[in-house]
Amino acid sequence: MSSETKQILTTDGIPLEVSLKKAERKNKIKAFLLVAPLLLFLIITYVFPIGDMLFRSVDDKMVTQMLPKTFKAMENWDGQELPEEEVFAAFHEDFIKLVEDKREGKLSTQLNYTKNGFKSIIKKLRRKSKSFEEGNYKEQIMSVHKRWADVEYWRAIKRRAPEFTSQKYLKGMDMYVNEEGKIVSVEEDRRIHRVLWLRTLEIAFFVTVFCFLMAYPIAHLLATLPMKYSNLLMICVLLPFWTSLLVRTASWMILLQQQGIVNDFFVGIGLVADDNRPEMMYNKTGSYVAMTQILLPFMVLPLYSVMKTISPSLMRAGKSLGGTPFVAFWKVYFPLTIPGIGAGCLLVFILAIGYYITPALVGGASGTLISNQIAFHMKSTLDWSFASAMGLMLLSGVLVIYWLYNKLVGIDNIKLG
Amino acid sequence: MALKKDFVKFDKVDKSYDGKVLVVKDLQLDIEEGEFVTMLGPSGSGKTTCLMMLAGFETPTNGEIYLDGRAISSIPPHKRGIGMVFQNYALFPHMTVYENLAFPLRVRKIPKDEADKKIDKALSMVSLQGFASRMPGQLSGGQQQRVAVARSLVFDPQLVLMDEPLGALDKNLRESMQYEIKHIHENIGVTVVYVTHDQSEALTMSNRIAVFNDGKVQQLSSPDELYEKPVNSFVAEFIGENNTFVGEVSDISGGKCKVKIANTDILANPISVKGKGEKTKISLRPERALINPSDQMDNIHSGKIEEVIYHGDHTRVRINLLGNNQFILKVPNSSANLDIKLGKDIKIGWNSEDARALDPS
Repeated sequence: MSSETKQILTTDGIPLEVSLKKAERKNKIKAFLLVAPLLLFLIITYVFPIGDMLFRSVDDKMVTQMLPKTFKAMENWDGQELPEEEVFAAFHEDFIKLVEDKREGKLSTQLNYTKNGFKSIIKKLRRKSKSFEEGNYKEQIMSVHKRWADVEYWRAIKRRAPEFTSQKYLKGMDMYVNEEGKIVSVEEDRRIHRVLWLRTLEIAFFVTVFCFLMAYPIAHLLATLPMKYSNLLMICVLLPFWTSLLVRTASWMILLQQQGIVNDFFVGIGLVADDNRPEMMYNKTGSYVAMTQILLPFMVLPLYSVMKTISPSLMRAGKSLGGTPFVAFWKVYFPLTIPGIGAGCLLVFILAIGYYITPALVGGASGTLISNQIAFHMKSTLDWSFASAMGLMLLSGVLVIYWLYNKLVGIDNIKLG
Repeated sequence: MALKKDFVKFDKVDKSYDGKVLVVKDLQLDIEEGEFVTMLGPSGSGKTTCLMMLAGFETPTNGEIYLDGRAISSIPPHKRGIGMVFQNYALFPHMTVYENLAFPLRVRKIPKDEADKKIDKALSMVSLQGFASRMPGQLSGGQQQRVAVARSLVFDPQLVLMDEPLGALDKNLRESMQYEIKHIHENIGVTVVYVTHDQSEALTMSNRIAVFNDGKVQQLSSPDELYEKPVNSFVAEFIGENNTFVGEVSDISGGKCKVKIANTDILANPISVKGKGEKTKISLRPERALINPSDQMDNIHSGKIEEVIYHGDHTRVRINLLGNNQFILKVPNSSANLDIKLGKDIKIGWNSEDARALDPS
């Protein structure tokens, strides 16, 4: 048999494939035009800004462009001793230009990220540089402040030469590039991010577990109750969705605070002493309780949609074949709900890992997550590139989890409804 | 070993779901060991409820069910040891055919080599050898059905319940499966209680049929008796085709009765009428009424042909007879019967033996 397939022609003699494409082209164009506005909207408002934001995490062009001559002159400097006069001269030239443009403040901020202490000496340099004489800039600059005579500060400047940098990512892992260019961890007492990462994972994990334990019976009830009751229950499950997230979190604050309703109740029934009320808020407990409640519907709904499709006769078959109710549940019902469990857990875990408002309000110091740190850098320190670096790390974490899940369970096993 | 007469016994069983309506009323039913009994009835007649009570998924509101002499109302389903085939097969979709069949054996802690033998045997019984490693989703409807049957038999239960197992299959497959299930039953001699609303299925397969209506067993007898000798007008109308006349008994004597219909008297067989003046409904099977009747027949009347439907081997003729314009006649396709034409008047006759005067409802 020949492997070559004969080309089929239409009655007009045009190859069938060509004819088919032609016939379908119009529909394809129509379909594309229909989605084009949304596509454009997404690109403009979603893909582009996020891409730009993520690019900031590695972009270090600002310093590169502010000190172009300096870095050119530094190319031949080995970094062992203080640089030669030509570097100082180039730096002076760049700096004067920056002062003219009133951009030296930005430079000081940027350099200060790399090494503390740049802010004041740049300010001083600006004042003194007005009275500099031509020639021998090395002497003149070094006399401004003793740090200008310290080789480490010059090394710090050189480290900012590349257009792209990974230092924000290292900082997110509590690491940095030291004077020798090696990647090392910061001192023990200054490590804050690693703790936050671990705590984020821990809280997301336990919130997922709690959600699963609570949602499974609810979803089962929803799927098996008669319509009349299951509708009512469904409304109860969905009710939180119709309430503002802030309102829900605030109501947890009312319930959980030390003088709150839950504590009052415990004192009332004599479970705890009035002067020894437990702290249930502004710590991990607060984050656990509030996040579990808020994320519960995201677990209930996928589970429900899967359980709804499981015929009750399967459990009956399991029992009639001799399985005890537990065996019938464990061997027949439970395995069939795994797609729902996978979907629910993945959804809750991913939502929890990036949760922000609730932990910020009820988490206190020990209950905040990495996203609160990201928000802090977005709003307070204005170190957007660091915030975006941590955002990308969070995103890659989620993608890794997604990948792992796909390897273990298979993503096509997921059922959201 | 003598077969027990009352292997399964429903004793005065009532069932109500809401405390207001009885779905099953005072059910009294004995099923012999090794018998194939079908519960037949329209939907909502209580037949499935009876099956579910037997399987243990519903509890009787009153009365008791006995299995092999034991009262089973308080025994949970998994301890009853009853095999069951469900309407939608209820195969476990995440298990292979082998695992499906192994399930009842595993929970009974039967050693693997013995279990494998049983599974092989059960699969060969439904001629599905070589399908053990398939998933149920990869099988056709008929194959799934056979796996379900094999699974219900693999642990050698004494009693197998089948709840409309062939309802989802197409007509041809359904018919061949009917024979297959019948043969399996004959070969292994297990007691089968079968629920269906399809009368031809019931007639084909069963030793005895219990016709359900309104929560009660209307008649429990063999298929031929059910068809030939229905005891009330519900059974007569539910099983097979039926021509009816509604009238009043004008005379009753010597095993025959006269019933007055549209100013004409016809002779009938008094089944549930006792005396003069009673209202009655006469039931007559279409194939018992003949055209061009011989003179020995004691009922001969003439009517007008209103509709003729050609069916190949026979012709269905609708006739307006004694004021009943729904009188159906089945005329065999033969050269003697070629003169059947629309609008013609013809003579029709039947024996009074075949016209059963039943209750008027």
